[in-house]
Amino acid sequence: MRKILLAAAAVLLASVGAASAQGKMKVGFIYVGPVGDFGWTYQHEVARRELVKQLGDKIDTTFLENINEGPDSERAIEQLARAGHKLIFTTSFGFMDATVKVAKKYPNIYFEHATGYKREANLATYSGRFYEGRYIQGQIAAKMSKTGTLGYIGSFPIPEVISGINATMLGAQTVNPNIKVKIIWVSSWFDPGKEADAAKALLDQGADVIMQHTDSPAAMQTTATRGKFAFGQDSDMIKFGEKSQLTAITNNWTPYYVERTKAALAGTWKSGDVWGGLNSKYVVMAPYTNMPDAVKKAAMETEAAITSGKLHAFKCPVVAQDGKTVECKGGTHLDDGQILGMNYFVKGVDDKVPGAK
Amino acid sequence: MLVELIILSVIAASTPLLIAAAGELIVERAGVLNLGVEGMMIIGAACGFAGAYFTGSTLIGAGCGILAGAALAAMFAALTLGLAVNQVATGLALTIIGVGLSGLIGAGFVGERITPAPHLAIPGLSALPFLGSIMFGQTAFVYLSIILIFVVRWFLYRTRAGLILRAVGDNHASAHALGYPVLRIRLLAVLFGGACAGLAGAYLSLAYTPFFIAGMTAGRGWIALALVVFASWRPLRLVAGAYLFGAVTILQLHAQGAGLGIPPQLMASLPYLATILVLVAISSTRRSSGSAAPASLGIPFVPDR
Repeated sequence: MRKILLAAAAVLLASVGAASAQGKMKVGFIYVGPVGDFGWTYQHEVARRELVKQLGDKIDTTFLENINEGPDSERAIEQLARAGHKLIFTTSFGFMDATVKVAKKYPNIYFEHATGYKREANLATYSGRFYEGRYIQGQIAAKMSKTGTLGYIGSFPIPEVISGINATMLGAQTVNPNIKVKIIWVSSWFDPGKEADAAKALLDQGADVIMQHTDSPAAMQTTATRGKFAFGQDSDMIKFGEKSQLTAITNNWTPYYVERTKAALAGTWKSGDVWGGLNSKYVVMAPYTNMPDAVKKAAMETEAAITSGKLHAFKCPVVAQDGKTVECKGGTHLDDGQILGMNYFVKGVDDKVPGAK
Repeated sequence: MLVELIILSVIAASTPLLIAAAGELIVERAGVLNLGVEGMMIIGAACGFAGAYFTGSTLIGAGCGILAGAALAAMFAALTLGLAVNQVATGLALTIIGVGLSGLIGAGFVGERITPAPHLAIPGLSALPFLGSIMFGQTAFVYLSIILIFVVRWFLYRTRAGLILRAVGDNHASAHALGYPVLRIRLLAVLFGGACAGLAGAYLSLAYTPFFIAGMTAGRGWIALALVVFASWRPLRLVAGAYLFGAVTILQLHAQGAGLGIPPQLMASLPYLATILVLVAISSTRRSSGSAAPASLGIPFVPDR
């Protein structure tokens, strides 16, 4: 009898001990592309590694890469949820519906969705104000272009990409009101061969500054072989275009990831929407290269103006392609909701938004 | 000028498809269904880039790509020919292995650069106004792809060895009964197919976009596989299919840039639609009795079963 009681007490103590020794919190990441893409996913991976460096004693991280947007993403997110991850970051727009579904199934897990707009009590969204960088790029491009035609490699006609094109044009129009842009949609976030072909097509048709909203350095490299200029995207692509890269919009997710993980650890995590730009350092411009000092100075001044809030990329009045002035809901500039839902091009863009009526 | 540039882009885009499909044609004519083309292609890209990076020579890089593709194909052969495992499952598994392994091998090379494959100029001829750069100023890979497909055609239809290969593909039991070494012939065919896929991958990372990034083949191996089927396993139709696919891909990009206003999602599907339609149309005008596929395609050969 005594032996049984002792055994029961030992088991009880052991279980209490196990319950209090929580172990490290698991943080999961879902990537849409390979970490070796040197673009979008690479920057998330860089931030994840920083996170491990800073909070490695309290957390364990896992990442799944090359997850296709679509039904398979739900399987991957659920896999992480079931494996005991408390905080899961899904890093692409196309994971939106899958993340919502899994978030509803697992109310005790925190989900963070990049560049999306659907939220739940346990699902927050975050993004970077890339359009601020695009505005600066537009100004630089208009000054550096000899033919007056910019080339834009787009991925999918979603508001984020469309607002990027618009910000570029608005910035360019402050230098050259008659600037033109040619847009090619490659229907993919990552396809180096196609991006190279698209860059070739744009250059063949007379564009001499190339910008992209896709994830590989193929376009930069192709433009470099032709001796024209291009902007890097997501990562500093100077290695692929030493004489071609003017600057790049690089994503810096470290501050956000560290802040959110700390909140999850402390139990103070709340859902919300965070949209940081140059001023919160989520968006960092790569060093300005391959341009005359005057252009560099002007670019840095514009960057400083946007960072301090004096200048907004979408300052009113914004005139849409059809000639109508867009309602100015943010006072002196378009408000966040208008930018997030942008489905029209500004005046000066000749192409129509694909799929728009 | 623009037409010349477009043609140059089309040739560059079609070449990897042609090389990989030519190899796969031989493999399938021998009766083996190799679905691992995508994996063999990308491992060729990774190893090809590594080879060129360390030695500075495109030729050695291409050689490394060929060997890598052949090595993966040897794995495939060991399973499907040696152990008579289901070819479809093995091929898919090898694609996954190839893609993963290439990411592993290539991880250290992301962000590195090499000298791109040189465009070979034939003195005098390359300076011709229009045809000059198109026909005589290409990289060696392009010339090789054309030579390859004609060698494949000559081999299949004009040599005894090619006849035996086709016999093995159509009826391996009869070929075995006649005393031909079925498994050895299939092994050689599979290795050749893997080598071609590896070469096509090496072309991507050495000439087309001279860097390595995980996933850079982006499905071209699957397109090459489909081209072989839609070309009814005939070499000349394969050339037509590969170039048609490449041409429509490039033209749809140009059409977008020119602002034609057609929805890009539709344009993105055009290469696939056009190639399927044209090749099916060609195939249906000839004999309509049964399939043109090698009759023993995909059936494992085990003597005396």
